[in-house]
Amino acid sequence: MTITLNHFSAALVFALFASIVFGITHRDTTREMVKYGLYCFVLFLGGVFVAGWAMWVLRR
Amino acid sequence: MANSTTGKTKTTATETVSMMSVLAPAVGWLIPGAGHAIQKRWIRGLLLFISIVGLFLLGLAMQGRIYRANGGDILDILGFVGDVGAGGLYILTLANDWGQGAIAFATADYGTKFMIVAGLLNFIAVADAYHIAIGKKQ
Repeated sequence: MTITLNHFSAALVFALFASIVFGITHRDTTREMVKYGLYCFVLFLGGVFVAGWAMWVLRR
Repeated sequence: MANSTTGKTKTTATETVSMMSVLAPAVGWLIPGAGHAIQKRWIRGLLLFISIVGLFLLGLAMQGRIYRANGGDILDILGFVGDVGAGGLYILTLANDWGQGAIAFATADYGTKFMIVAGLLNFIAVADAYHIAIGKKQ
């Protein structure tokens, strides 16, 4: 079986799974885990958008 | 008498902790999330399992390449260190000769990175299981 993801969906899947692991392993309480996981997810995706726009600017 | 009973209880508790501090990381390395599950952190174990195994299998499905111990090149050795963190998944992949994809397109390279990151995330999960076992974390 072969799966072909585009750049954005690959980044989305990566951000989701990595954020879950970071949330669970870096915080002590359930509430803090959820908050930190969401924070990491937003930073990962935000980083993708910032890098994307930065490359768009550099290309012009 | 009471002191003797308390002493025995303390010894048993210490033995359990020291045994768990070895067992949890070992099992957690072999099966992602199992180090948490054997310490009755079922939901955390399940989420770790889904995340790490999911990332690794997606990497394989994207035609990612698995690194071997005798890579030679320094970057190949670093790739191997990341991959080997996936434990049982890495052994299973090597045994079945999977992960031989020639990187011909961009997403295959993403697949290779997915598998390395899955291994590295499992290292973090193993360390977390150890911290739970020694009582440093709830």
